[in-house]
Amino acid sequence: MKILVPVKRVVDYNVKIRVKPDGSGVDLTNVKMSMNPFDEIAVEEALRQKEAGKATEVIVVSIGPAQAVETIRTGLAMGADRGIHVKTDGPVEPLAVAKILKGVANAEGPGVIILGKQAIDDDCNQTGQMLAALLGWGQGTFASKLVIDGEKAEVTREVDGGSQTVELKLPAIVTTDLRLNEPRYASLPNIMKAKKKPIAEQSPADYGVDTTPRLKVLKTVEPVGRKGGIKVASVRELVSKLKTEAGVLP
Amino acid sequence: MTTLLLAEQKDGHLNDVTARALTAARAIGAPVHGLVIGKGAAAAGAALAKFEGIEKVHVAEAGFEHELAEPVAALLVSLADHHPTIMAPATVSAKNIMPRVAALLDVMQVSEITKVVSSDTFERPIYAGNAIQTVQTQDAHKVITVRTAGFPATGQGGADAPVETIAAVTDPGVSTFKGEALATSERPELTSAKIIVSGGRAMQNRENFTIYLEPIADKLGAAMGASRAAVDAGYAPNDWQVGQTGKVVAPDLYIAVGISGAIQHLAGMKDSKVIVAINKDEEAPIFQIADYGLVGDLFQILPELAKEL
Repeated sequence: MKILVPVKRVVDYNVKIRVKPDGSGVDLTNVKMSMNPFDEIAVEEALRQKEAGKATEVIVVSIGPAQAVETIRTGLAMGADRGIHVKTDGPVEPLAVAKILKGVANAEGPGVIILGKQAIDDDCNQTGQMLAALLGWGQGTFASKLVIDGEKAEVTREVDGGSQTVELKLPAIVTTDLRLNEPRYASLPNIMKAKKKPIAEQSPADYGVDTTPRLKVLKTVEPVGRKGGIKVASVRELVSKLKTEAGVLP
Repeated sequence: MTTLLLAEQKDGHLNDVTARALTAARAIGAPVHGLVIGKGAAAAGAALAKFEGIEKVHVAEAGFEHELAEPVAALLVSLADHHPTIMAPATVSAKNIMPRVAALLDVMQVSEITKVVSSDTFERPIYAGNAIQTVQTQDAHKVITVRTAGFPATGQGGADAPVETIAAVTDPGVSTFKGEALATSERPELTSAKIIVSGGRAMQNRENFTIYLEPIADKLGAAMGASRAAVDAGYAPNDWQVGQTGKVVAPDLYIAVGISGAIQHLAGMKDSKVIVAINKDEEAPIFQIADYGLVGDLFQILPELAKEL
């Protein structure tokens, strides 16, 4: 069984982004880019499934500009077997990403597709659920545990108040939450090996997908800041201020 | 043409986020119908019918007990003809369901809006709240989730709206519920609590949450929260996480204990009315947004605070 893992190249999570003063977007020039953290968890999970004998091949796919190849290489250095790069210019919305991934899934026939639950740039939290809808597959989102067993998978999901376990008929979609696993670091020998692993280049047209955005971004601005208040000297002063000044305690 | 609002409820109790999302739904300008699903939907539906601006409530209980995305999305799609706009509060459950609906309708969802600018234009945070994007949707259907913290709750008012039970749709049959492990808590829900007491990595371990933070939360009748760092380290359960990838909250009082104030955490709580920060590092970024800051060792401050309250 193949496992497909879509990965996204995003601004590194440690970078404080700058909004362009003209409101046209976020300044991405000379900004450190990395694999979306939730996607790293997805790659790790696919590799663990393969190591446990549940999968035979892990394929990493990324949709994006030429540099998305670097993100695919990161996945290959972690241990994935091969990559697919669907080259695009400009931003691609989750719906179009899901349509392209549907095409990739139809061509590759994976048993499971594992995605990050959310990209930390657009914060949409949509692609996995959309892909499941387009393929007509079951979905196990926000997963904290994945057990693949023959023709089905059991996914434990993070929900309000605890966890929920669902059984999905394979093929199925899984999206990762924080506690599914801790992603490994790629070792130097594996980084070297990854350079020789194959990456196929495709285009959205190969899958018959039009990536024209549906949403029109009118402007992007900085959020209104919140001003700091005062420092209090003691617990007693704090409680007194909360009661009298702020009026939030009786 | 009406807007359909998917309500959030548990065992017959309507969650406060529904009343907030209703405010956003009414701002679209069309009449609003409610949809209540799951165990206890009839009771919650009757409660929803009393809210101002709700013209009709659809209730679907059988077949949706566990709110699995596949059958619920199929139900919402079956209702889409009469409801060009489908909205929901951005809860864990709705986040699972709504994008599936959007894709089935061939629509690009607008996630976690914080403001309704006009019937087709919305503001939403990106990059963990470091930028606010104004987006206009051009799709025939609109599928929208609402970050409820920024919207006031709509009140109850006037006559009860009619409540109608709708039949289940065919379950796509690709998923089945196997079980759940839910902690029962007497505490208020994070997203609707008036007061939240939150702990960070400086709490050092799970036991300290119980020993030092819980007594404060008990005294205040507060919900308990945690930073992503504390959740990552296993000190607190995942559903306590306040932040961009966790819960977004806006209580009257937010007490951040041992939380330095990473951007992604601030994104989840900066709309709180009053913020208190307790941290031993006086340079911690959390003090830049806190109304009241107290610098010191939390293990000394917290017992003192518990006594003082």
